[in-house]
Amino acid sequence: MRRFASLYRELDATTSTLRKLAALREYFSAASDADCAWAVFFLGGEKPRQVIPTRVLRTLAVRTADIPEWLFEECYQAVGDLAETIAHLLPDPGSGSDASLADWVEHRLLPLRSLRDSALDDAVIAAWRELDASGRLVWNKLITGGFRVGVSRLLVTRAVAEVAGVEPTLVAERLLGDWQPTAQAYRALFAAERGDERAGRPYPFFLAHPIDRPVEELGPCEQWQAEWKWDGIRAQLIVRGGRPYVWSRGDEPMTERFPELGALAARLPDGVVLDGELLAWRDGAAAPFALLQQRIGRKKLTPRVLREAPVAFVAYDLLEIEGRDCRADPLHRRRAALEELVERVADPALHVSPVVVATDWNSLAAQRAQARDRGVEGLMLKHQDSAYGAGRVKLEGGGWWKWKIDPYSVDAVLVYAQRGHGRRASLYTDYTFAVWRGEELVPFAKAYSGLTDAEIREVDNFIRAHTREKFGPVRSVTPELVMEIGFEGIARSPRHKSGVAVRFPRILRLRSDKKPRDADTLDTLLRLIGPALPAPFIPERGEPRE
Amino acid sequence: MPIRRPRAPFSFSTWLRRPAVTPRTDLVRLTERGLYCEAADSYIDPWRPVDRAIITHAHADHARRGHAHYLATRDAEQVLRIRLGDVSLQCLAYGESVTVGSVRLSFHPAGHVLGSAQVRLEHAGEVWVLSGDYKVAPDATCAPFEPVAAHTFVTESTFGLPIYRWRPPGDIFAQVNEWWAANAAAGRASVLYAYSFGKAQRILAGVEASIGPIVCHGAVEALNDAYRGSGVTLPPTLRVSDRPGSEDLRRALVLAPPSAQGTPWLRRFGEFSDAFASGWMQLRGARRRRSVDRGFVLSDHADWPGLQSAIAASGASRVFVTHGQVPVMVRWLTEQGLEARAFETEFGGGDDGAEVP
Repeated sequence: MRRFASLYRELDATTSTLRKLAALREYFSAASDADCAWAVFFLGGEKPRQVIPTRVLRTLAVRTADIPEWLFEECYQAVGDLAETIAHLLPDPGSGSDASLADWVEHRLLPLRSLRDSALDDAVIAAWRELDASGRLVWNKLITGGFRVGVSRLLVTRAVAEVAGVEPTLVAERLLGDWQPTAQAYRALFAAERGDERAGRPYPFFLAHPIDRPVEELGPCEQWQAEWKWDGIRAQLIVRGGRPYVWSRGDEPMTERFPELGALAARLPDGVVLDGELLAWRDGAAAPFALLQQRIGRKKLTPRVLREAPVAFVAYDLLEIEGRDCRADPLHRRRAALEELVERVADPALHVSPVVVATDWNSLAAQRAQARDRGVEGLMLKHQDSAYGAGRVKLEGGGWWKWKIDPYSVDAVLVYAQRGHGRRASLYTDYTFAVWRGEELVPFAKAYSGLTDAEIREVDNFIRAHTREKFGPVRSVTPELVMEIGFEGIARSPRHKSGVAVRFPRILRLRSDKKPRDADTLDTLLRLIGPALPAPFIPERGEPRE
Repeated sequence: MPIRRPRAPFSFSTWLRRPAVTPRTDLVRLTERGLYCEAADSYIDPWRPVDRAIITHAHADHARRGHAHYLATRDAEQVLRIRLGDVSLQCLAYGESVTVGSVRLSFHPAGHVLGSAQVRLEHAGEVWVLSGDYKVAPDATCAPFEPVAAHTFVTESTFGLPIYRWRPPGDIFAQVNEWWAANAAAGRASVLYAYSFGKAQRILAGVEASIGPIVCHGAVEALNDAYRGSGVTLPPTLRVSDRPGSEDLRRALVLAPPSAQGTPWLRRFGEFSDAFASGWMQLRGARRRRSVDRGFVLSDHADWPGLQSAIAASGASRVFVTHGQVPVMVRWLTEQGLEARAFETEFGGGDDGAEVP
């Protein structure tokens, strides 16, 4: 328990993904299989039910700490968290319990469910007396059903995979469904891939580079296949052994989240792997990412969610057909086979990403300019003869390029600043920007990157000289500095004070030539959102509209 | 206990020539200038300029500039000189008693920082003890807290809530050592923010100095010199101006005042892990607000059990509570059957308050 409590503290203390990963790796390398199993279970998001009502817990704590209720209340006000307040109220029991996490969970936590009244009280108090403060905190979080710490299931999976020396996707898949946290089940995560497991595994995704030269230098336009760059979730749809599997690019298994695709996969022949984009699909057209996001956020897929945010799979590559890995085939051949396959299946939730036809680069550039109206992010350029590579490899002359449209941009005023992390820890590099609503500046975006080191130092000096107030690590500054902020998308958001949420905001440049008064208004932002959905766009199967 | 250097004799004349006065009210009372003892016509840690100031310890909120005459412990002298310069300062050894006006005055170790004292005032058979800031936990850099019997005890209350319970300092130093050693092995500096007077030296004396070089910020190093000058043994330390090599910097423990966080001074250390040593680090919220990698719960103030044991050990039936959790402590002590009241002083929040200039 001590080791797990210390892991909890470390994960809780840092916002750095790398540090969290290192802490997880260290835990999984050192702890017993049984402990690791429970750690994977809890950190992966499985919460034990609340076994004791908060009210009862409070009363017990007051009694055990032997303090009056008003004093407990004062402590709670100072701490702001019940589990933590209780953890600190009792004296440390010398060295604290040496029992393992698995012991604590299996012999102390789980049996609480069958205890009632004073037997339950006694068991909780006995635990408090044996654990030190950090152990008590974890225990209290577990028994109140409030165990949460800032790690994703994906990160836990990655850490286990690194310790086990197996593919993250293999671990992720083994953890699917009704995984039981036993030492045996944990050890099984380490096993080499079995034949039947290969069925559900995706290929490494081939990633594109942002184009770094004028397109004309890529050679003749007709050697390149252009497609729209969709704003959805990159995914592989796999059908092997009669079963469907969906994987996101983040190596996250998503089969259960998208039951529509299961139905679609049932109509695909066996031994097929498609690479494409998961998109929200409404009225026969791709809908904005915001709609898909509503669905990703849901824990439970109710019929209503499925009805309001249905999805479709827009395929752009074929990686396996009839059980044969065809990634080495040239793109034009894979594309022909893909079109043929999709036509044969004829499912309303399966589309081929249309080829954007152009006779020359100028015409293609003109079409790219309309990308925003179509609700896409720009163009993808893929060489007709290219193989499907692995990862982000740069293939001279023959790779995949993304040719994105210029981002939206507005001029906004710097209002808050926070210090950066790591290399930038001594500099104010994390900024909050605001636009005008009448006479008021409303914060609408945080941006971290986009300035040169020299500019960062300049802005850092400005911030130090123009600090108005400090709130912990955050400073409010005199609203004087104007910067041009770029972003990829914008949607209404009731959760944000400004009423809008922007995607991938970043600094495009310093606008020293502008006064705060020249910054844009919230109305300008709202106009960018436009109507609820962009103009409908229905890709004809295999045939571009242009 | 620090070894004292031989020093020039001095006179107590400023303090001894006060006429004897019989106080009309309490021996010590709260005035606009600070806690005032009329029978000695002197103030204890006053916050406005006065003629005679009895100083419990040299932290900025207790030893302010601008008084005509200062009285403090011998152990505090060097540190006070750094802070106050060439002022009229007279010093007493712990336990040595003098008569000021009609009051018998003596200093007794408070265990807070080097030279910190409780002030014992005796007048007409009535004894008051003013704690200043104190801790009961061990500290290799100052004399340990000594309980002094009193009718009235004036106590601080910085950490006067039962959620504040300190672990033995040895455990905390072990945590610091472990963090430092892990960073050193990974080739990154360990920047530890700590109050430059007291906390920093306590850490220096507590850590395992063989792990790597120790670099101190100028504000810390000035106090290190005073500690060493007062006979406290500290491990060797480097200043940045000593130009330690980059190899050394990557393995170093860097002690800096909290105000150094986020300043350009830190850029020279490249990639580093940072931590903060303070009693406030007990709470997750405070740790997060500090936005450091680690929080070490190390305080120079008494925790809740420490406050209670010190109050009990004084045997006082009357307790005045100053700076910190005043209403909570007053209510608690009243419920324990003591006569408890508040003194609304202007001392700082303690532990990570204003930095010594």
